[in-house]
Amino acid sequence: MYLDKIWQLDPWRELDRIHDEMNRLFQDTFSRTPIRSYPAINLWVKDDGALVTAELPGYDVNDLDITVLNDELRIKGKRNMPKPDKDLKFHRLESDIDSFQRTIDLPFPVESDKVEAKLERGVLTIVLPRAEFDKPRKIQVSTK
Amino acid sequence: MADKKTLQKREADKLEKVERTRDRKVFVPAVDIYETNDEIVLMAEMPGVDEKTIDVVLDNDVLTIRGQVASEIPEGYELVYSEYEVGDFERSFTINESIDVDKIEARYQNGVLNVRLPKAEPAKAKKIEVKVK
Repeated sequence: MYLDKIWQLDPWRELDRIHDEMNRLFQDTFSRTPIRSYPAINLWVKDDGALVTAELPGYDVNDLDITVLNDELRIKGKRNMPKPDKDLKFHRLESDIDSFQRTIDLPFPVESDKVEAKLERGVLTIVLPRAEFDKPRKIQVSTK
Repeated sequence: MADKKTLQKREADKLEKVERTRDRKVFVPAVDIYETNDEIVLMAEMPGVDEKTIDVVLDNDVLTIRGQVASEIPEGYELVYSEYEVGDFERSFTINESIDVDKIEARYQNGVLNVRLPKAEPAKAKKIEVKVK
């Protein structure tokens, strides 16, 4: 099952993740700006597929590049933000990330040509069907 | 930093307000504010907000932006790893009188709420021709 893989993660990485989560917890009081891994993602799983959502406000469909290889999902993005110059000055700049690349380990290999992604209201949703060969099979037990 | 004479933008103090009854967290959106010669532009990151629920309210000198998230839990899936939570957004700013309040415009695109606050005429920089004889 997918859970096995999740617990098999590198313990250091897991510590990092907890560290991030703690930071996030405290920072949530003031803002939602993520600290290190950008964008923040949520991973949803069912038996025959996974779903990744990410909040990417300010990005257009053409700004994103999504690739899948086996059980690895890579999201790349770059957006154009107004640049300060003599006629344009910033009073506040909280969304200072204008490009990112993030690779996400999926709990199972996926059917890469059936992956679907949509970007709606700044929320990216990627549907990742589980690879056929990896799907759990029900085995009939025959009794004699 | 901002030139104090031309305008000042600070977070409005939390005002006494109506209590919410919605079962959602409320987050403070990340905001960029920049100023050009003609206007002040406020860009608030509010991903997932339903356009119809967006409120941009100017009450005296307090500008409040608000939006409710329209997200449904994907059916049949189980959340196994989570880095962010979904919630509504709300944030207030005070604006000073150099803004032409009748011409404020707001637009929501790609999860970003864009509020344009045009400067009132007298605050605009005037170019003075230098005559050469």
